[in-house]
Amino acid sequence: MEILFQQIVSGLATGGIYGSVALALVMIYQATDVVNYAQGEMAMFSTYLAWSMMNAGVPYWAAFFGTLVVSFVGGLLIERIVIRPVEGKPVLTIVIVCIGLLVIFNSVAGWIYSYIQKPFPSPFPPRPIMLGTVVFGAHDVGAIVVTLIVLAFLYAFFRYTTLGLAMRAAAQNPASSRLCGIRVGWMLAIGWGLAAMVGAVAGMMVAPIVFLDPNMMAGILIYAFASATLGGFTSPGGAVIGGLIVGVIENIVGTYVSFIGTELKLTVALAVILVVLVFKPSGLFGRPAVHRV
Amino acid sequence: MSARVRLGLLLVLLAIAVALPLFVSNFRLFQFTQVATYAIALLGLNMLTGYNGQISLGHGAFYALGAYTAAIMIDKWNVPYALTLPVAGLLCLVAGFLFGIPALRLEGLYLALATFALALAVPQILKYFEDWTGGSQGIVLSKPKPPWGLAITPDQWLYFFTLAVMLVLFFLARNLLAGRTGRAIVAIRDNPTAAQAMGINTPLYKSLTFGVSAGYTGVAGALSALTIAFVAPDTFNVFLSITFLVGIVIGGLASISGAILGGFFIQFVPNWAQDISKAAPWAIYGVFLILTMYVMPFGIAGTARLLMARRLRRAGTARAG
Amino acid sequence: MRQRSWMFVLLMALTLAGIVPATADTPGVTATEIKIGHTNPYSGNASAYGTIGKVEAAYFRMINEQGGVNGRKINFVTYDDGYSPPKTVEMVRKLLEQDQVAFLFNTLGTPTNSAIHKYMNDQKVPQLFVATGATKWGDPKGHPWTMGWQPTYQAEAKIYAAYVMKNVPNAKIGILYQNDDYGKDYLKGFKDGLAAANASKAIVLEQSYEVTDPTVDSQVVNLKNSGANVFFNITTPKFASQAIKKAHDIGWKPLHLLNNVSASVGAVLKPAGLEASKDLITALYLKDPTDPQWKNDQGYKDWLAFMKKYYPDGNTDDVSNVFGYTVAQGLVQVLKQCGNDLSRENVMKQAASLKDLSLPMLLPGIKVNTSPTDFYPIEQEQLAKFDGERWVLFGEVYDASKK
Repeated sequence: MEILFQQIVSGLATGGIYGSVALALVMIYQATDVVNYAQGEMAMFSTYLAWSMMNAGVPYWAAFFGTLVVSFVGGLLIERIVIRPVEGKPVLTIVIVCIGLLVIFNSVAGWIYSYIQKPFPSPFPPRPIMLGTVVFGAHDVGAIVVTLIVLAFLYAFFRYTTLGLAMRAAAQNPASSRLCGIRVGWMLAIGWGLAAMVGAVAGMMVAPIVFLDPNMMAGILIYAFASATLGGFTSPGGAVIGGLIVGVIENIVGTYVSFIGTELKLTVALAVILVVLVFKPSGLFGRPAVHRV
Repeated sequence: MSARVRLGLLLVLLAIAVALPLFVSNFRLFQFTQVATYAIALLGLNMLTGYNGQISLGHGAFYALGAYTAAIMIDKWNVPYALTLPVAGLLCLVAGFLFGIPALRLEGLYLALATFALALAVPQILKYFEDWTGGSQGIVLSKPKPPWGLAITPDQWLYFFTLAVMLVLFFLARNLLAGRTGRAIVAIRDNPTAAQAMGINTPLYKSLTFGVSAGYTGVAGALSALTIAFVAPDTFNVFLSITFLVGIVIGGLASISGAILGGFFIQFVPNWAQDISKAAPWAIYGVFLILTMYVMPFGIAGTARLLMARRLRRAGTARAG
Repeated sequence: MRQRSWMFVLLMALTLAGIVPATADTPGVTATEIKIGHTNPYSGNASAYGTIGKVEAAYFRMINEQGGVNGRKINFVTYDDGYSPPKTVEMVRKLLEQDQVAFLFNTLGTPTNSAIHKYMNDQKVPQLFVATGATKWGDPKGHPWTMGWQPTYQAEAKIYAAYVMKNVPNAKIGILYQNDDYGKDYLKGFKDGLAAANASKAIVLEQSYEVTDPTVDSQVVNLKNSGANVFFNITTPKFASQAIKKAHDIGWKPLHLLNNVSASVGAVLKPAGLEASKDLITALYLKDPTDPQWKNDQGYKDWLAFMKKYYPDGNTDDVSNVFGYTVAQGLVQVLKQCGNDLSRENVMKQAASLKDLSLPMLLPGIKVNTSPTDFYPIEQEQLAKFDGERWVLFGEVYDASKK
């Protein structure tokens, strides 16, 4: 029983990370109809920036928030400078630009910081928490809490602030929004900035567990896609829940389905998602797209 | 461009392609054979994504299936290599069709991600069935030898063989896409509801397109197994599927010539990037990608088509080209 | 021999006169230069090994500044294959057919080398000192042009199996392995070693992971819960750090055997935590650069000076940089032994004639030995235990060549 509980908690912790990255993906998708393939690499790069700051002596929380600011600005600038020239072009064209960003960030990070992994500090104490015989790290719990805080912040932002309202309007109906005086282009840019920020948080939460190296986010991005697909690309909350579910399923399958064992762990996790899609084609919490005829 | 001019151009290109072995080294021929192989795979993907509007991020899976089909047939049962191509193609056609059926329920983005999941699972599945696939060790093959005692090198033979297969498949695709079927396929992409209302059996066409698209990519996979003479699971990873997508977008969606252009791009541009910068070659490649999309947002073939259409309009001719 | 030298001189004269292309006899070899080909993963999943190519390039630069080998400078041509076999095939064909290199040196990776294995032997070009521990490279009869370098994974795993059998009564073994040829090779060697002692049942749980997985935490938790008191850790550096840290975090203290591939103090143990890495056991054949016992060792001092001058960006805590340095020295020895005959046959012949070659960064007592029937240059290793600061060698030097 404890094993089950242990695996569930571990799964929730990694799932929280998947969920955060999935959240960033969904945010950009909702605002721009584009899936940002470079989300993982941007998060990785933000984490390296944080590492550089800490390496230069900046204390953890100062570096953390400093990175959030830099990531926000970075994401905004990327949207304005790199994505803007292809705004309005076919979706796949924009996707290729995102893929271009992906390889650029990955390659530049490897060039600047080398490919040797680096340890990344965690703000939570290394003391393990014991619940009976189940052991889990304070960081695991802390990461889940941080993810939820970020989600709550975003929810409040979009629901209760004018800027949030303007952004939602710009995403849903750009033409009418412009007529209301909303600067749609800048709303998109802010959307990217926020997503970059969320990604940076995810990166800084996951790096203490998986160690910082340029390929750190590749595996996580894959699971983030799975999470967003499972939860539904039209639902930020769904993305996070999708992440948690994926994290837990992955661990449970690896532990309990013994004839499959770990050599098909990924396959089974993906198969589960595919099965869900057959019954709920827009994900668990997604709204099916409605097309005007 | 008039049909005559187009035919003339095609013949010239064909002549160059056939004469190529006289001018270039075996190594370059090897690279061009790869280009032709990619072109077939990209045409397959283009049929599905460009012409039919179903985005697939998982065609690497069919490429792998085709490659391993060929490899296993040659390695285990000594099947002549030429026979492995139709078998690989047929197997992938069936697999693609079967995958296409549940995929009918999925919309754009979710379909893309479902196929992405498929591509992700491929290396693991290949490694799991190691009695068949040789597991992580992979399968080593021998390069096909020129038949009938022809006095050419194996590389030259393989080049001609691949070129011939490519021409046949391209010809078939062109006929398919230029006729009623092609129009139905495109209609489904542009307006599924209207297409259905006009009496097109949308689900059938969509699934069939998936199947044919997978079949083409499977044949390409089989050819690549012959050319590289080696298959290993981790080669067929997610990045391969993404590379195919890059190929068709850069080449030009819904364009047959775009498939060949895309093939050239994904084969040669990473090498050029390495020549430019040893330190961060993929950053250069990424810059290439982005700049190409800025300058030619509809791909090379797509943009060429646009320019030509513009020229025609300006010249005042009202021909449909 | 005289006649041959005369012919050679004549050939060179004609070459300089532009009449005969230099590539006529021995590709990649001229009177002033020898061109060597190399592929390495400078990008992609295995890019951490890219430093090996860089340190080798730096070493050859140093040799060239000191006058080269027998008057010839080494032209080291290296390409990125991203650890992808089709790319390796392409780059190797480019090296051989376009760049016309004399031979290949220290190409990295098992699937990548597998892809070119047949080609190299068909073309009769040396595939020298491949950077992988797979057992299949030492096959002079079947593949006379391919030679390994480092102790094989299977031999190393057998050492661990023997150690466990000797020192742990009632062993319950849990294994974490990377699901690819490298991981499976170690696994096979270990299982063979146990089977020889009739102890196959000692394995209570095997857990695998993919290189694309983000973490191995879940697997480590399962291994602890299986009740294993021995942990055989077959992981590459990034995952090794994760596994060591997780085991420590959940309070699991088995006899922890770490494979040599991830035994770098700087790259693996320090990030995982030196305290968490205490009592780890591994098999070594190279001097670890963070070990203070080598501080005044001449070999170490020379290596450090070399790193500072020729590869200042390189991590002096990373044993990969010792690996590359050492195998490059091995190559220079082979070239020296070739003298003026740098034909491919002779290069292979000299590579198969290394007798008790002592290289400065090999552990004391470990020597390089090859013969026409022995294509495993290094077969000796010694066990070491990590004391929280460094690897402390103990026990005898195992020699896999003496069964």
